[in-house]
Amino acid sequence: MIFEMSALSCAFPGCRWSVLLLVLVLLVCSALPIDASASVYPLRGTEGSNLTNVTTKKAFPVIGVNYDHVRKPFEIALWILLALLMKLGFHIIPRVSSVVPESCLLIVVGLLVGGFIKVIGEKPPVLDSQLFFLCLLPPIILDAGYFLPIRPFTDNVGTILVFAVIGTLWNAFFVGGSLYALCQIESVDLAGIGLLSCLLFGSIVSAVDPVAVLAVFEEIHINELLHILVFGESLLNDAVTVVLYNLFEEFYKVGTVTVLDVFLGVVCFFVVSLGGVLVGVIYGFLAAFTSRFTSHTRVIEPLFVFLYSYMAYLSSELFHLSGIMALIACGVVMRPYVEANISHKSYTTIKYFLKMWSSVSETLIFIFLGVSTVAGPHAWNWAFVVGTVVLCLVSRVLGVIGLTFIINKFRIVKLTKKDQFIVAYGGLRGAIAFSLGYLLSDSHPTRHLFLTAIITVIFFTVFVQGMTIRPLVELLAVKRKKESKRSINEEIHTEFLDHLLRGVEDVCGHYGHYHWKDKLSRFNKTYVKRWLIAGENFREPELIAFYRKMELKQAIMMVESGQLSSSLPSTVSMQNIEPKPIPRVSKKQEEEIRRILRSNLQNNKQRMRSRSYSRHTLFEADEEDNMSEVRLRKTKMEMDRRVSVMEGRVSVLDWTSGVLTFPNLNIAEIQPRNCNKPMFALVTIFLQVSHYLTVPANRESPRIGVRRVRFESDNQVFSTDRLPTAHFEKPSYPSTPDAVSLEAEFPKRVNQKTDIGPKVYASDNHQRELDYQSLARCLSDPGPHKEEEEDDDDDEIFMS
Amino acid sequence: FEQIGILHKRFKQLSHNEDKLRRDDFNTIPDLACNPIRNQIIEAFFDKRNFHQNGEGTVQEIGFEEFLVVMSHFRPPALNMTEEQRENIRREKLRFLFNMHDTDNDGTITLEEYRHVVEELLSRSGALGKETAKGIADAAMLEVASISMGHMEPDEFYEGITFEHFLKILKDIEIETRMNIRFLNLDTTTLCK
Repeated sequence: MIFEMSALSCAFPGCRWSVLLLVLVLLVCSALPIDASASVYPLRGTEGSNLTNVTTKKAFPVIGVNYDHVRKPFEIALWILLALLMKLGFHIIPRVSSVVPESCLLIVVGLLVGGFIKVIGEKPPVLDSQLFFLCLLPPIILDAGYFLPIRPFTDNVGTILVFAVIGTLWNAFFVGGSLYALCQIESVDLAGIGLLSCLLFGSIVSAVDPVAVLAVFEEIHINELLHILVFGESLLNDAVTVVLYNLFEEFYKVGTVTVLDVFLGVVCFFVVSLGGVLVGVIYGFLAAFTSRFTSHTRVIEPLFVFLYSYMAYLSSELFHLSGIMALIACGVVMRPYVEANISHKSYTTIKYFLKMWSSVSETLIFIFLGVSTVAGPHAWNWAFVVGTVVLCLVSRVLGVIGLTFIINKFRIVKLTKKDQFIVAYGGLRGAIAFSLGYLLSDSHPTRHLFLTAIITVIFFTVFVQGMTIRPLVELLAVKRKKESKRSINEEIHTEFLDHLLRGVEDVCGHYGHYHWKDKLSRFNKTYVKRWLIAGENFREPELIAFYRKMELKQAIMMVESGQLSSSLPSTVSMQNIEPKPIPRVSKKQEEEIRRILRSNLQNNKQRMRSRSYSRHTLFEADEEDNMSEVRLRKTKMEMDRRVSVMEGRVSVLDWTSGVLTFPNLNIAEIQPRNCNKPMFALVTIFLQVSHYLTVPANRESPRIGVRRVRFESDNQVFSTDRLPTAHFEKPSYPSTPDAVSLEAEFPKRVNQKTDIGPKVYASDNHQRELDYQSLARCLSDPGPHKEEEEDDDDDEIFMS
Repeated sequence: FEQIGILHKRFKQLSHNEDKLRRDDFNTIPDLACNPIRNQIIEAFFDKRNFHQNGEGTVQEIGFEEFLVVMSHFRPPALNMTEEQRENIRREKLRFLFNMHDTDNDGTITLEEYRHVVEELLSRSGALGKETAKGIADAAMLEVASISMGHMEPDEFYEGITFEHFLKILKDIEIETRMNIRFLNLDTTTLCK
């Protein structure tokens, strides 16, 4: 390792290494006790006035050093900075980070730092259990719980639970029991360790650690199923660990075990796990409810999420319930409702803060692990330690195989041998085991031995298994996570499948998986969402929410890519799909139309361009502005496209009802889609044959409803104002409707996360449909909608 | 094979101890009423194309064998299947889905049919309904066309989703693992109303 490091330093002469050294030196200095006498502060004269003549007059200190004042925060900040610089360093050196997982490197760094500190002669800081459990662990778990992929989790929850509970129990007892048997062998010289001690040790070392699993699995990108299996298991086995640990600790103190105690232990397990979940759920609902009212104070929304979750964790720790399960339950419950309520920026904030905190925590944990290894008192016993490592492996493998055999009887999708191997191999131990071991009171004579063994197991799993799992995954050709984003077709069909399976289950009369899922979601929709989601959003089905998100993403992607045309994968557009019988128009009119179209378009283009360029200079990395910018460009592009299409079609347009229907076409075609700023309204105006449209100037209302051109007075979905639609109801004039005030579409603010996309898009389509139909004069539209009625109205008016 | 026995019991129960099952019998299942795509599900049972006999059109009533054949589409794949067998099963299941969408039996899912599908799916949502459904269906169709056809001239017309295209766009869903029902314990007695 040292050689590697020195090799690295040769590769990076000076720069990084010197910074690192500097940091290390500062760190070490912080560990040295610097007492106040080092300060150059003059003594304020308590000596009193009678000494004023005698005391020498010191010069007023310009610079002073008062280290004690800032000692604690200084150290903390320095440690975190060191950790992050390390992390940065690893990613700059690509060769190393592709072979060795980050966690290993961080432990090595910790070892080095610890060694360095020890060499200097100071006592290196040990991973304080309190610090670990209260500060370092919660962010990681919250991050995991909040972003837990719900669908695979619930699909496999049975398997996960079996692995977590029964697997951990099996591991604990097997390791504990075997170690006890090992200790009985005289040659090993460990006779002093009682059964309970061994079992206690077994329970500590048997739990799969979520931090380590996350750290390693994140880099290897295996398929979702395996990831969720191992990860879910590592999260849910916390309850078992807590119960077993407390149980054996109690028994050890008392000394004897009765059947009643065992029974109470089992009861305790249920209480701990279900209680933890309950606490989490309660806090989750509280958070969701609170978020319903935060529409006026968007800035503190993320804080609610964090604080409620942390409170859930602390409350459950208060009652000796499983804090991890509470945290996860809180995150899972809270997420769908909170996301529907909060603004987009708040969502981004939450996401990034969680990622940030969990990343820092993880880094710190691993470094501290390294440091503690150097620091802690060790007692080495070959047999015990090696025995522990071997037994852990063996028991894990046996446990997984045995459980999978049973589980596969109940699963539809069986777990193959490859899957089993990965699950077994991914059972990494980590810092939780170490902290639990550290928590052991000193009354245990073998505490140091245990700690050593635990650390060895951790090192073994993280280093050996962590490093080799990636090549093994490639070797075994395990299915990887598919990186492609979900297409809308897949989404549609997933939902379709759900309903289909539910239906078929009903036909079979089988109360299966889908039945309950459906029932839950219906209950959710009718009762729960009503209370927890602000405004009208709760009626939205998932498909629509997905669609909106997709549009949003597309819009953002367009902005980032910078050009519109390249983002379209193909030249297939709507006209390829829609069957449109194409009407014909007379030559003369067609020329006129063409000319007018062109002139109008150029006018518009100019206006748009000026607008867009002036916006460009004010461009901020603001997503809402991005949205409007994007939509502006999108519109512009669409306009161009449509006009070219139109012009292509003009030659075959059948002019059956004069110029009358044309205005409709124009207005409808050029769907303004953008902006929440008034000036963009101007852009969206498209000149008619010989008239112009004016736009209502001031749209200052903060929540601007979507305005659409509608024929009818009642609006189905969107909040529309009636005033601009007047012109559609009097098309009986030949050429000039008067100043028709075309409304612009003002989508609601993006940050409301309400339906911009599909609304606009849908209205767009709607309009296109309408105008095509009106052109075609043959209503081949499917099904009885309002549209048909509208068209009937329209046509009647035309014919009159 | 006790699954067949259970299904037979269920069949008898649904058809009121007759030999043939009709559409009305399906309406007696209470839970099915709240399913947004119930009509299509019921139609699927009566669709001859799902009977594996190369027939077309629909029938009015089905016997137990046909019931079984339709149900067999939902069988899970066995553990030790070759890749080819998996592929076949996947095709079969996707064919079933395809038939559900393609109501006029012309071999393609046109835009109208797809719109209808999405509308049905969203019909439970109430307020938002038609336009959004149309928007979504159009976007989906556009996506299929883009993926399948790549480049198209503005004049060309994309007829509809053929079965091959359907396969292509849905190959990532891993339908052979998802479109399955466990025929474990059927609580037939409670459903006998």
